[in-house]
Amino acid sequence: MMFRNMTLSSVARLTTVVACTSLSACSEGIFLPKGPVGSQEKQLLLEALIPMLMVITPIILLTLWFAWWFRASNARAKYRPQWEYSGAIEFSIWMIPMLVILFLGSLAWVGAHQLDPYQPLSSKQKPLVVQVVAMDWRWLFIYPEQGVASVNELAIPIDTPVSFKLTSATVMNSFFIPSLGGQIYAMPGMQTQLQLQANEAGNYRGLSAQFSGDGFSDMHFQVLATDAAGFEAWVERTKSAATPLDAIAYDGLAAEHKVGEVTYYYPVSNDLFDHAVDHATQRPVSAFAAPASASGAKLIPARPEH
Amino acid sequence: MFGKLTLSAIPLDQPIIMGTCLVLIFGILAILALITYMHKWTWLWTEWITTVDHKRIGVMYTLLATVMLLRGFSDAIMMRSQQALASSNAHGFLPPDHYDQILSAHGTIMIFFMAMPFVIGLMNFVVPLQIGARDVAFPVLNSVSFWLTAAGALLINLSLGIGEFARTGWLAYPPLSELPFSPGVGVDYYLWSLQISGVGTLLSGVNLLTTILKLRAPGMRLSMMPVFTWTALASNMLIVAAFPILTATFAMLLLDRYLGMHFFTNDGGGNPMMYINLIWTWGHPEVYILILPPFGVFSEVIATFSRKPLFGYRSMVVATMVITLLAFTTWLHHFFTMGSGADVNGFFGITTMVIAIPTGVKIFNWLFTMYGGRVRFTSPVLWTIGFMVTFTIGGMTGVLMAVPPADFVLHNSLFLIAHFHNVIIGGVVFGCFAGLTYWFPKAFGFRLHEGLGKAVFWCWFFGFYLAFMPLYILGFMGMTRRMNHYDDPAWLPYLLVAECGAVLIMIGILLQVTQLVWSIRHRDALRDGAADPWDGRTLEWSTTSPPPAYNFARVPKVVGLDAYWRVKQEVTPASTEPFEDIEIPKNSGLGFFMSFFAVIGGFGMIWHIWWMGVLALIAFIALIAWSSWDENDEFELSAAEVARLERAPSHFA
Repeated sequence: MMFRNMTLSSVARLTTVVACTSLSACSEGIFLPKGPVGSQEKQLLLEALIPMLMVITPIILLTLWFAWWFRASNARAKYRPQWEYSGAIEFSIWMIPMLVILFLGSLAWVGAHQLDPYQPLSSKQKPLVVQVVAMDWRWLFIYPEQGVASVNELAIPIDTPVSFKLTSATVMNSFFIPSLGGQIYAMPGMQTQLQLQANEAGNYRGLSAQFSGDGFSDMHFQVLATDAAGFEAWVERTKSAATPLDAIAYDGLAAEHKVGEVTYYYPVSNDLFDHAVDHATQRPVSAFAAPASASGAKLIPARPEH
Repeated sequence: MFGKLTLSAIPLDQPIIMGTCLVLIFGILAILALITYMHKWTWLWTEWITTVDHKRIGVMYTLLATVMLLRGFSDAIMMRSQQALASSNAHGFLPPDHYDQILSAHGTIMIFFMAMPFVIGLMNFVVPLQIGARDVAFPVLNSVSFWLTAAGALLINLSLGIGEFARTGWLAYPPLSELPFSPGVGVDYYLWSLQISGVGTLLSGVNLLTTILKLRAPGMRLSMMPVFTWTALASNMLIVAAFPILTATFAMLLLDRYLGMHFFTNDGGGNPMMYINLIWTWGHPEVYILILPPFGVFSEVIATFSRKPLFGYRSMVVATMVITLLAFTTWLHHFFTMGSGADVNGFFGITTMVIAIPTGVKIFNWLFTMYGGRVRFTSPVLWTIGFMVTFTIGGMTGVLMAVPPADFVLHNSLFLIAHFHNVIIGGVVFGCFAGLTYWFPKAFGFRLHEGLGKAVFWCWFFGFYLAFMPLYILGFMGMTRRMNHYDDPAWLPYLLVAECGAVLIMIGILLQVTQLVWSIRHRDALRDGAADPWDGRTLEWSTTSPPPAYNFARVPKVVGLDAYWRVKQEVTPASTEPFEDIEIPKNSGLGFFMSFFAVIGGFGMIWHIWWMGVLALIAFIALIAWSSWDENDEFELSAAEVARLERAPSHFA
């Protein structure tokens, strides 16, 4: 990061330690990132938070001190009933926030570009492509290069960038793995992108961060970050499931409205994700209502963001 | 005949809802019986329901807000309890379909029917008095505005017992709020009640804007207006500019839902992203509509109780106006995660942060107002200092989330929930309570009990920190908002602390009710110096408490800032100018009847009882037409009568 320096990052490290000591069971969370995106986002967050804390702490103390010292019963405090203007103070009170915002504004601008979720991560490894479809109320992960798909279980190899392409078969959701870094919306008829990477093997929590209806609280998935061999083994295991997923099977899956269990699919049709983007239709959420005919779904233009 | 409405709309199988409804019905019946028993119907009708006096309308707005605070808080404590109970494999006591209604109702009611009426009530009561006016520019319209807001509030609360409320969150994002995903009447209750109250708010904005620009006392230039009036001016400018956007956005969603159009649908070329942009081009200015008047309250309170003029009046006014302009430039920060490019996100991150500059200036101005003062620690001052400390923290977390990559990990988390409650409770609510305590004696002629007032403050203050600081931490731990249950046991301790905070706030609210009741019962002991109990600086303190219907027997002449303070310092001899005849607007039932038909019409539309909607619309138009040709809407109070009233010890004797 542009503003990184020794003092700041050591303060940042200290804050993390303090924060995690107070967070007794700090097993997961954005302060314990397991990948480069999450680390940089945490770093940036602290680079913004710590200078601001250094500015607001004196202001809060000054507020309390002024209020206490100038209490009506304090005879030692000088009463200045007419004092209402000071050019020097006026100048300073505009300049102090301006300088803070100049610093933070640069941080925001640079950060927004460095951590643009669409920008590929720099790595020697070829990124793994995963296509994500949000459904009511589960996540479908399609691995076009491996020809497999899974529901509510995302396996990724560590030290490899993962390039997510996301859409929704239903309402808006937000795809979020707190341990790996920031989120992005998954929206019907549109495609968004996100790059993440895990550097440590482990099981992480994935979830929807955008309220999507009654099953929202169960819209979780497991992230299995393993080494390359572990990932290969997972792909092989998935292939043994031998439940195919083509457009018709997909439409059936998307029309169900329920909380999902881990399921594997193989083989998977090639253009399934494009089908998902084009076929986000209005389906009744209610399990009791007759599902809108999948065959009657109209094609609508995909709206890629970029 | 009755559209979608059948007996099954009443959730007889839901003990929580039915219990609440029974209590409410008995409560309302008891109040009605009491009014009948005390023969107060005529009094209620002539003195309150049909009044067009801005002071009483202000009081009614505030009363509405207080009642809605109780409703919204009940929702809040149910949510806190649900999350405290629904850890690991437990599912708490609220199933998702009920919980989702509660979270939507909490947000909607607190913003539209608690914060808005409270702020508008304060402006309504105070602004004409502060600028030396005899009423607002359009007194009957003012009554219509209030009653339309009340109609919306009634409609939204009807959803408790008849049908259901929206299960979409408080801003009803499509496509979730579209018909295929929300086929019930919940979203329709949401849309119609907000459309009706939104019209009321817009009219109120036009009214107060005109009042401030056209009805100031002779000599009062804009640069001599009290800061509260300045913030009211800014807030009403924002209302007039922003509320039509809300109305148009909701109208489009209504068209989608009722006529099968495709503004925001998944199919047919609709685009839900457009709704999200539109709703936040209203929604972000709304934040400043709510916070600017409380900024004004704090400015009045801190100057009065420091016995000093406000430090940097000009800075304060400039800062207010800068915030007003910038309010329209930041909406996109509500969805950095919707996939905009880095340039767009970076730009809106910076515009958002820029608002922190004038806001920071304001904090410093209040700080330096205390410098060299004689600060009296009354309860309005406690609210103000509590605000300065709390709001600074909330401002900081807001700026933090304006850094797009920080927002990527904090968006929709409990950190966000903690942030906006930090600024809304620490800013708007503290400001409303400061204003309530400060101007209460002006409205009723007696003060509120001070000791209880301080106890209320400390309950709210510590309650807020207990309830929301754990939420900041939970946000860092990756907990998102609106969860009905969760499986991470590490979250539970923080949610239990938050529950304790909510209970402490509840104690604060109970003490507030106690304070009100105690003060009314002992009002005679609390009357001392009620015309000017705080040694005030602005014109509202120059008239009696409560002020006469015409506010000022002689319209004050203003030569500078802190108009009344100058008068008190110069020891001007009592004016001997003769009184003049005063025109006073007559009572009007227009607002009440319009509100009545708005409820009927809204209810009809919600339940697809078309004839009911059409009849109500016809009645609505007929009422407007009828009142438009009514020229006999004022009466004249003769100079002699004014003189007699001014000699009388109390105007409301």
